Amino acid sequence: MTLLYTEVEEELRASVRDLLTDRCPADAVLKRVESEAPYDMDLWKTLAGDIGVAGLLVPEDYGGAGASAREVAVVLEELGRAVAPLPFFTSSVLATKALLSVGEEDLIQELASGEATAALAVSLAASPYRPLPETVTVTDGGLLNGEIRAVAGADVADVLLVPVGTALYRVEAENARIEVLPSLDLTRPIATVTFSDTPASALGGLDVRSVLNFGAGLLASEQLGVAEWCLGTTLAYIKERRQFARPVGSFQAIKHRMADLWLDVVRARAAARNAADLLSPPDGVEAAGGRELAAAVAKSWCSEVALHVAEESVQLHGGIGMTWEHPVHLYLKRAKATEIALGTPGAHREAVAALADLPAPV
Amino acid sequence: MALDEEAVRERAVAFLAAHDPAGDRLEFLRARFDAGLAWVHFPEGLGGLGAARELQHVVEHELAGTPQINPGLQTIGLGMAAPTILAFGTDEQRGRFLRPLWTGEEIWCQLFSEPGAGSDLATLGTRAVRDAGEWVVDGQKVWTSGAHHSRWAILVARTDPDVPKHRGLTYFVCDMHAPGVEVRPLRQITGEAEFNEVFLTGVRLGDDLRLGEIGDGWRVAQTTLMNERVAIGGAPVKRGGGMVGLLSEVWRSRPEARTHDLHQRLLRLWVEAEVTRLAGTRLREQLSAGQPGPEGSGMKLAFASLNQALSGLDVELRGEEGLAYDDWTFRRSEGVDFVGRGSGYRYLRAKGNSIEGGTSEILRNIVAERVLGLPSEPRVDKDVPWKDLPR
Ligand SMILES: Cc1cc2nc3c(=O)[nH]c(=O)nc-3n(C[C@H](O)[C@H](O)[C@H](O)COP(=O)(O)OP(=O)(O)OC[C@H]3O[C@@H](n4cnc5c(N)ncnc54)[C@H](O)[C@@H]3O)c2cc1C
Repeated sequence: MTLLYTEVEEELRASVRDLLTDRCPADAVLKRVESEAPYDMDLWKTLAGDIGVAGLLVPEDYGGAGASAREVAVVLEELGRAVAPLPFFTSSVLATKALLSVGEEDLIQELASGEATAALAVSLAASPYRPLPETVTVTDGGLLNGEIRAVAGADVADVLLVPVGTALYRVEAENARIEVLPSLDLTRPIATVTFSDTPASALGGLDVRSVLNFGAGLLASEQLGVAEWCLGTTLAYIKERRQFARPVGSFQAIKHRMADLWLDVVRARAAARNAADLLSPPDGVEAAGGRELAAAVAKSWCSEVALHVAEESVQLHGGIGMTWEHPVHLYLKRAKATEIALGTPGAHREAVAALADLPAPV
Repeated sequence: MALDEEAVRERAVAFLAAHDPAGDRLEFLRARFDAGLAWVHFPEGLGGLGAARELQHVVEHELAGTPQINPGLQTIGLGMAAPTILAFGTDEQRGRFLRPLWTGEEIWCQLFSEPGAGSDLATLGTRAVRDAGEWVVDGQKVWTSGAHHSRWAILVARTDPDVPKHRGLTYFVCDMHAPGVEVRPLRQITGEAEFNEVFLTGVRLGDDLRLGEIGDGWRVAQTTLMNERVAIGGAPVKRGGGMVGLLSEVWRSRPEARTHDLHQRLLRLWVEAEVTRLAGTRLREQLSAGQPGPEGSGMKLAFASLNQALSGLDVELRGEEGLAYDDWTFRRSEGVDFVGRGSGYRYLRAKGNSIEGGTSEILRNIVAERVLGLPSEPRVDKDVPWKDLPR
């Protein structure tokens, strides 16, 4: 195990970053968020197919890259850094992880190649530590009824994967009603998914909790990317911006805040790397506790750090930071939404209580 | 070619086969030094094997249960004096000092801070004047930890008052047994005296005790200070161990003291301790992969605030017991004792963590300037000869 980045990981990062720098600059993202097509599916085709990120988690036998959570985490860092409107997390991480555990080979292959995208139909606010609300029922004839709110990535999915009880169902997205809501996070909008006698096929049993836990541990890397962009952008700005005849970054009150933010990000990087590393080996009973703990630590820490750095970034930009034109708000919105996503920091700390034997008061 | 893990292990095993750990402690430690098993990353002949630093754990593993050095008492020698002597010492100095420094036969202290020069160390006024091939030192040092049991000190003194402050300094090894060295205990908020004031009056030091060039003392001192911060911030711990481990034990053993508020704060600190530990692990990995970074200063910052928060919560959690204190006696102490002493001592001693080895404010300046590249603080004194600075 290592908490550093391997050469292969750095190469992957470089190719993702090059593509995003070219095709996904902040002004383009900003223009897109209010358009008819908030997701950039052309860019997704290139990233998924040419660079092959969609199949990172998929074994080579299924047409994937047979990589691990470590590489996925590196891609997430870059996507966070660009607040890229792409369905990587929802399709290639959450949905793919769920499918891999039920072994749905054909669909996995389609997802791995980027030909199709899928979404796990759970609320983005779902916690790995609580049972999912049972809002969908299945008829004897295998039809689904009910609704699931705040689903991310459903609007660009070809296939929905719907957990009902302990089973996972497959629904063609065109057969469900998917209504996108005005969303806090402009670059990863949420939708209400409604089923009314919608045909579905049962894929097998699924432990949703472990999928959500895996997702939460990796979301920490996306949050790290968000934090890094905010820190770097703010740093550049306060070196340039002058008031009182000197750069505002020369005032000690600001230097010290920046030093503290940097230290928080240094620790976020270590925590996110550790989670990615421990989530990488094939599931084994031995490491399960350590994996969950690493994910809980990373998600609680990185959520708060990303949000704090984004908030400080707005403040240190002054008036510019309050404008729609400057992209920092996209990061603030992503940071605030991912704070809630897949378990709030507090929910993950409660999990730490159980995993590290620090029992709550009775 | 540098030795690999197996080769280092073989040396340790062979050493153990040839030396009886049940025999004389000092003889054993000296022999260990001579076998290159003191600090494997040091050069051969100076207690090392010229191997990678991270292979030290192989030696520690093989020699577990044998006589050991006292890292608490030897902190300054091991963590600061040794790397500085290695980097700037002559062959004679390295040969003379490193062996007894490592075995603990000779304890070291650090004569840097003065009443008028703390954070602004370079403004220090202790004078060293040349006299017939020797140096005569006059001045006062303060906050000198462990001076009372030290044989030697690392000392920075002013040799040229006519140039700006950073340029007129020279670095010495000070003989703490020399005539004119007077050590007086300073009582700390914990009750005992871990540090001292040291008065230097006409102390004569041979030129062979100078470390580095005349006037180059600031650069030599930087080596010491960088190592000090790594030494303070960089010790490896297990997950859930160290200070947070002590606190967790108290939490587990006292169900009646638990409240929701304490629980929330405990969990926050547990997570912070864990991410700080991971960052330390990552930093050590970077160092051994040959990518040293300025992150070391950051770790010391994190460590200080974490230690203070943990030890504060510990006292609060103990309630009635937290109102008591183990020992206020004014006495000389051996060193810092975070494990053996009570929670009140830990709380009070941890206050020093954000002052010693560079205050947290100074470390934030360093991170902001050297890591983040932000403009440095206005320096009105940079080009003024030291003797003309306003006092
Ligand atoms: C337990 C302990 C052990 C020690 N052991 C040793 C030892 O063995 N040898 C030795 O030489 N020294 C030792 N020291 C001294 C230590 O290095 C100094 O106390 C420290 O460098 C601060 O100097 P000062 O005490 O003069 O405080 P000052 O420098 O006067 O600082 C006072 C306050 O002002 C702040 N401040 C100062 N400058 C700035 C600035 N530019 N920007 C923002 N804030 C600033 C400081 O952070 C601090 O809060 C020890 C100290 C302690 C507490």
